[in-house]
Amino acid sequence: MSDLTTPLPDAPAIEVENLECGYEGEVVLSNVSLTIARGEVFFIIGGSGCGKSTLLRHMVGLNRPTKGSVKFFGQPFSAADPASRRAQLRTFGMLFQSGALWTSLTLRQNVALPLEEYTTLTKREVEELATLKLAQVGLGGFEDYYPAEISGGMKKRAGLARALALDPAIVFFDEPSAGLDPVTSRKLDELILQVRENFGTTIVVVSHELASIFSIADRVVMLDRGAKGVIAEGRPVELADHSRDPRVSEFLRRVERPTQ
Amino acid sequence: MSANPELLSARASVKADGDACEIALAGTWQITAPRPAWRALLGAKNPARVRLTVEAVEKWDSALLLFLFEIQQWCRETGAYCDVDALPEKIRTLLAQLAASHETSVPFDRSENFITTVGLATQNAVAQAKAISHFVGECTLGARRLAENPAKFRWRDCLSEMQQCGAMALPIVSLISFLVGVTLAYTGAIVLRLYGGDIYIADLIGLSMVREMGAVMTAVVLAGRTGAAFAATLGNMRANEEIDALEVVGIPVVQFLVLPRIFALGVMMPLLAIYANALGMLGGMSVALGLLSIPPTAYWVEMLTIVDLSDIATGVIKAIAFGLIIGLAGCLRGLQAERSAAGVGRAATSAVVTALLLLVVADAIFAVVFNILGW
Repeated sequence: MSDLTTPLPDAPAIEVENLECGYEGEVVLSNVSLTIARGEVFFIIGGSGCGKSTLLRHMVGLNRPTKGSVKFFGQPFSAADPASRRAQLRTFGMLFQSGALWTSLTLRQNVALPLEEYTTLTKREVEELATLKLAQVGLGGFEDYYPAEISGGMKKRAGLARALALDPAIVFFDEPSAGLDPVTSRKLDELILQVRENFGTTIVVVSHELASIFSIADRVVMLDRGAKGVIAEGRPVELADHSRDPRVSEFLRRVERPTQ
Repeated sequence: MSANPELLSARASVKADGDACEIALAGTWQITAPRPAWRALLGAKNPARVRLTVEAVEKWDSALLLFLFEIQQWCRETGAYCDVDALPEKIRTLLAQLAASHETSVPFDRSENFITTVGLATQNAVAQAKAISHFVGECTLGARRLAENPAKFRWRDCLSEMQQCGAMALPIVSLISFLVGVTLAYTGAIVLRLYGGDIYIADLIGLSMVREMGAVMTAVVLAGRTGAAFAATLGNMRANEEIDALEVVGIPVVQFLVLPRIFALGVMMPLLAIYANALGMLGGMSVALGLLSIPPTAYWVEMLTIVDLSDIATGVIKAIAFGLIIGLAGCLRGLQAERSAAGVGRAATSAVVTALLLLVVADAIFAVVFNILGW
């Protein structure tokens, strides 16, 4: 019998097959199928309320899909038993929209918690690793600060450090630019690319920030509220220039404000 | 020089011409200022054609649109022709938008009939019972896992909660318990005096506090103080996606957040209840001394004739159970909270109501069980 938690060597990082997502009987997305290659920077884009975050929540197991499946490295995740799900959870990290830092813990303790949960490292090693992760996202010197004492951009970076604590193979980002100024947002994009360059991490980002989409996405999938599913998939520039679907070209078109 | 007040008010004049009339609007039309009433302006006239002009309007906002829309509606109802050709293009467009939004706006009826309400309430009650039993089961399994691996228990969080729900609750528990003892003593004294059994006030207070009031009053205080705080904290964490973050990392929420809190209450409740018993007795003793002139030594000796260890044990057992109930209700409601500020508030209220309801039910069950056991 094969081990249901060991990644298959040639399998893509993520396979989503005919996924149906919804809340309390209401279907938000149906028949969503995606394949995300290892090391890819993949964006899930679309207008507000189209189900981007819903898809992400179903992919990472925060909500159970009503139909379809999610596989990580060829191994089933959404339909897996609790033990193998838990084992697979350590293969990915997630940066939430608000950072979602645990407010009662310092930044170092936030990053250290996943390490304490999944490793047998000594307390000192855990602390050193947590300090290193924080330094990698530019938060050296803020280790003993509480989340309430730092800015929104710093919270996101601390959230990223926590997501990277276990050196995951996949990192999910839910609206990383939300609430950030353009400069901080650009820095976060650079950080995302750096993570991919350094560790070959697969990156999945939910966003509607055109600047981020065009600067760092390898491939995008576009969701639509009316269609309740995927309406386009491909490289962002190609979709912007060649898509015949007006919903896609309208979303991705970079229009200058008309002069009066 | 002050502005002409005539120019600052909204004005409308009606010029009748056979079965037609022209409504000429003038002045400043602002939503925050009064505007003419169309019906009053029209009076007894009943034109077949209404022409609208706004040439003399100095400044306008939505107030003008509402007035024009009112005229349009009147024309539609009476079958008169409303001529808006003389209005500027901008006003005509906004007027058309207002008419369109009026047509398409359908009031959302949230009311439900009696049978639906009863059905939904029943479904909700079943779902709540399921949620409570599921949560109790999850906590039991989590506690077993922690018993196997105590190093995983968040002792620091637990100690901090103990301080919050135990030491920090001492002042309010002291006051309430002392006053309960005083109240019981005053009430008891009325009857006991009639029969000359003043000294038995010690028995009454001792037994009431130790078996019932100490645990119950402490539980009521902690349900309002600590249960609500648990629900608000966890509800807020849920709204901030902190609970989701724990789930994604694979850290069991029950183990990390719930069990330290429940354990803290389970330990501190009996200690607080014993403390409440002592304070209640002190209250009774003060009344006995002041009102009935019973010396504290006599009071104490009399109390010891009736209160034994089994009475104290029943109170302590109840207190432990009440502590667990308050912790479970607070944490459950917090984890069920909607992701909004109002949701957190509702969770806190619901935690208190659930805890009080379960406390009363549990107290009744204890009364029956202790009676059967002869304790």
